[in-house]
Amino acid sequence: MPSLKDLKNRIESVKNTRKITKAMQMVAAAKLRRAQDAAEASRPYTERFNAVLAGLAASVGSSDSAPKLLSGTGSDQVQLLVVMTAERGLCGGFNSSIAKLARAKAEELIAQGKTVKILTVGKKGREQLKRDLGELFIGHVDLSEVKNVGYVNAQDIARDLLNRFDDGEFDVATIFYNRFQSVISQIPTAQQIIPASFEAQEDAGDTTLYDYEPDEEAILADLLPRGVATQIFAALLENGASEQGARMSAMDNATRNAGEMIDKLTIEFNRSRQAVITSELIEIISGAEAL
Amino acid sequence: MAETVQFDLVSPERSLASFAVEQVQIPGADGDMTAMAGHAPTITTLRPGVLHVSGPEGEVEYVVTGGFAEISADSISVLAERAIPRADVTQEDIDGMVQAAADALNKAKEVFHNEPGPVDDAAKLLADMVAMGTHIGLNPNQANL
Repeated sequence: MPSLKDLKNRIESVKNTRKITKAMQMVAAAKLRRAQDAAEASRPYTERFNAVLAGLAASVGSSDSAPKLLSGTGSDQVQLLVVMTAERGLCGGFNSSIAKLARAKAEELIAQGKTVKILTVGKKGREQLKRDLGELFIGHVDLSEVKNVGYVNAQDIARDLLNRFDDGEFDVATIFYNRFQSVISQIPTAQQIIPASFEAQEDAGDTTLYDYEPDEEAILADLLPRGVATQIFAALLENGASEQGARMSAMDNATRNAGEMIDKLTIEFNRSRQAVITSELIEIISGAEAL
Repeated sequence: MAETVQFDLVSPERSLASFAVEQVQIPGADGDMTAMAGHAPTITTLRPGVLHVSGPEGEVEYVVTGGFAEISADSISVLAERAIPRADVTQEDIDGMVQAAADALNKAKEVFHNEPGPVDDAAKLLADMVAMGTHIGLNPNQANL
């Protein structure tokens, strides 16, 4: 049986914890709004870009001279997994769910006899994958110093990827991130970015025939590398919003749990205080009776 | 009043402009082109340069680098990796862009010894950056040339 003082200390410490989680929840809520606005703002660019790129890819794609970024290297032996996670923890299952998906994919590919390489973005995923798949790591992108993820960050990652691709380090690159659905639901997603793949939207495709200046292939060669950056940027933003959403709901749960714990401890505290009073009374009464 | 056409300027981070305009002068990779209502559908890549927009509310100018423009009869969309209203462009922006282009050129020179193509492309990019800087009246730092 803990003493009254112990109980009081515990209640006090849980109250402090609740204050912290409450504050973190509110911070996450504010950041979530900003992250959502950023994701919203980038959408017109991404959508237009992909639409034009898909149109171009459809017209050039089948020819032999199509750029490697589109047609691939003709092999899928070396697979690069780009695992994008958060720099911080305390956001529920956010990091674990991406790591889990990436690990499953890596194991599946290894079982098929493919070579797997992993590039991590964000510290948490790296920590989680290190034990099993640490020897597959080929690089890490640290975003812990970055306050607001900008297009430059995506460009840096894309440049790194493209350089590795040009050097023949891998054939296929897939990014792993959490797609933001709502505050309580984020969907871990795997998306192939090299060679570029576009969702089939043939029927919705433009009927307009465009003039191309310079020619289609030159435009495609110019736009494909930018497309990689665009997709990474979109993934980074989705991830940012998901992280804040996950943290918000995790902290909301934590705050509620702390509240319940405080209630329980308070009841226990009151009971034991009552017990102390009762035993003191008994001592006084029995002392008086003895006289 | 001239016929107007919907104009959108978007960068990855935000949408900068969306309104009806009379004409837009676009710094295309193969040369400047002016698009007005009823233009033949065209897609062109951009070189670093100044985008002149003449709308009902007067002239607006943006400095754009990297990306493309999609022109159709009733809309003009410019997707630029960087787009800054001309008035907001600072010396540092220009210096940064010129520096990045110069770095790319040096790298291209290292990587492609006997292939002039990529080196020429990078050199053109740098020249375009410098020309753009001069054009808008800022002093492009040419120490790296």
